[in-house]
Amino acid sequence: MSDRPALLPGFEDILAALEGRFPGAVLAVEAARGECSVRVGPERLADILKFLKAEQGFAALQDMIGLDRGPAPPAGAGRFAVLYQIYRPADRRRLRLSVEADEANPLPSAVATWRSADWAEREIFDMFGLRFAGHPGLRRIYLDEEFDGHPLRKDFPLGGRSGGL
Amino acid sequence: MAFKEIALNMGPQHPSTHGVLRLKLAIDNEVVLSLEPVVGYLHRGMEKLWESLTYTQIVPLTDRLDYIAALSNNLGFVLAVEKLAGLEVPPRGRYIRVALAELQRLASHLAWVGFQANDIGAMSVLLYAFEARERVLDLFEEYIGARLTVHGIRIGGVPRDFDPEFVRKIERTLDGLPATIRNIELLLNENRIWQERTRGVGVVGAAEAVDFGLTGPPLRATGVRWDIRMDVPYSSYEDFEFDVPLAEHGDVYDRYLVRMEEMRQSMRIVRQALARLPGGDFTAKVPRILRIPPAEVFQTIEAPKGELGFYIKSNGTDKPERVKMKSPSFINLMSLAHMSRGNLFSDVVGILGSLDIVLGEIDK
Repeated sequence: MSDRPALLPGFEDILAALEGRFPGAVLAVEAARGECSVRVGPERLADILKFLKAEQGFAALQDMIGLDRGPAPPAGAGRFAVLYQIYRPADRRRLRLSVEADEANPLPSAVATWRSADWAEREIFDMFGLRFAGHPGLRRIYLDEEFDGHPLRKDFPLGGRSGGL
Repeated sequence: MAFKEIALNMGPQHPSTHGVLRLKLAIDNEVVLSLEPVVGYLHRGMEKLWESLTYTQIVPLTDRLDYIAALSNNLGFVLAVEKLAGLEVPPRGRYIRVALAELQRLASHLAWVGFQANDIGAMSVLLYAFEARERVLDLFEEYIGARLTVHGIRIGGVPRDFDPEFVRKIERTLDGLPATIRNIELLLNENRIWQERTRGVGVVGAAEAVDFGLTGPPLRATGVRWDIRMDVPYSSYEDFEFDVPLAEHGDVYDRYLVRMEEMRQSMRIVRQALARLPGGDFTAKVPRILRIPPAEVFQTIEAPKGELGFYIKSNGTDKPERVKMKSPSFINLMSLAHMSRGNLFSDVVGILGSLDIVLGEIDK
């Protein structure tokens, strides 16, 4: 058990490095239950992801998560968001990056940074209808190409739609 | 005879695809030029369904994801709910969970080695492995009344206590397993056909493996020492002594070696958990209706297949706003294309098997 390094508290150094390189890019920070969530703007997302991997040691993209706040999102929030759950093996820190997304403006694809983003982005496209610019083959992954709609959207009925497929 | 590129379809009703998986292959003679997995045949819309169910109602549905290791799914989900709701599980409950999760890993790896050997053509291993797995499933049956879809870990703890007689029964079962594992190794380790079908087949390097998001035994077979039980311990894993088996070549053979040794380590952990089982309650007091204020968590565990995770966002009601499952099989399957390229077509079955995928978990 002696070879287990202690989990480091706080994420100040990562946030400082992010702020230093991308002034104004960090829009909000939330730390609760031992997890740190950072909201960034979509404008420099591709560079931020590359920076976190190449210079901050976040070697692995654990998962990508799509969110839909519904057709009438709460004030101050957009309808969709995409979360990146990334992992730094050196000190075993996990960081959650969140970015607002919408149908009209695709987010940059993370596949060039982590290849594990390939199917993750296809899943978000399938379930939410969000696109990722520069993805090598963005298409549905679970549902048929002819399927109408994106099931994890809040306005998609639980029982499905007649004539959906 | 000279062939040019041939398109070949495998599945979704092929016996070696471990469920309903389709592979689109392009081959040149016997060599794989490219491969594309097509998934979704078992898609049941679990994540959508979960948004309409209470946290308690979701737990038994997680059994239907990786149905070879249902307890691991239960554990991953309830840990995320407990973290979200701030529920503290009593030490006895945590230890029982560790024992159940490691027994589940044993059962899952035994099923895996049986199927893997069968896929490659060593039929007898399947019989030995499944006989041993049955003994572990018998324990689950006695504990909770089910063998596969067990629903054996609940929010706040576990559904039943371990009484001294049951503890002795688990120990007796464990006494008999090393001989079976040894038998399987005697059949396979030095077997020339097994070695030629697995060594240097489906190779992936350490850096590529991390980039592809591989986790679990396929990652550790490349020499990367990542194990959530060690790195980000949950459910009291920090109290237990165990090794993380590693290999170095990242091929099918090394994935086999890692899983065989993991079974021994699992038995070691179960024995420690039973020997040091703390007194007290096996479950916390959980409100009958669990309403969780708005928050979000991401919790992962080391499941038999790899890193299994649940992201949950709560909204103040008794139902989640969003649940996203990180399925290790889904992410591990993605790299099959890379691993298979340049290999013999007949080895694709072995490479696919070595990833230990379960379609229930991939398709959600």
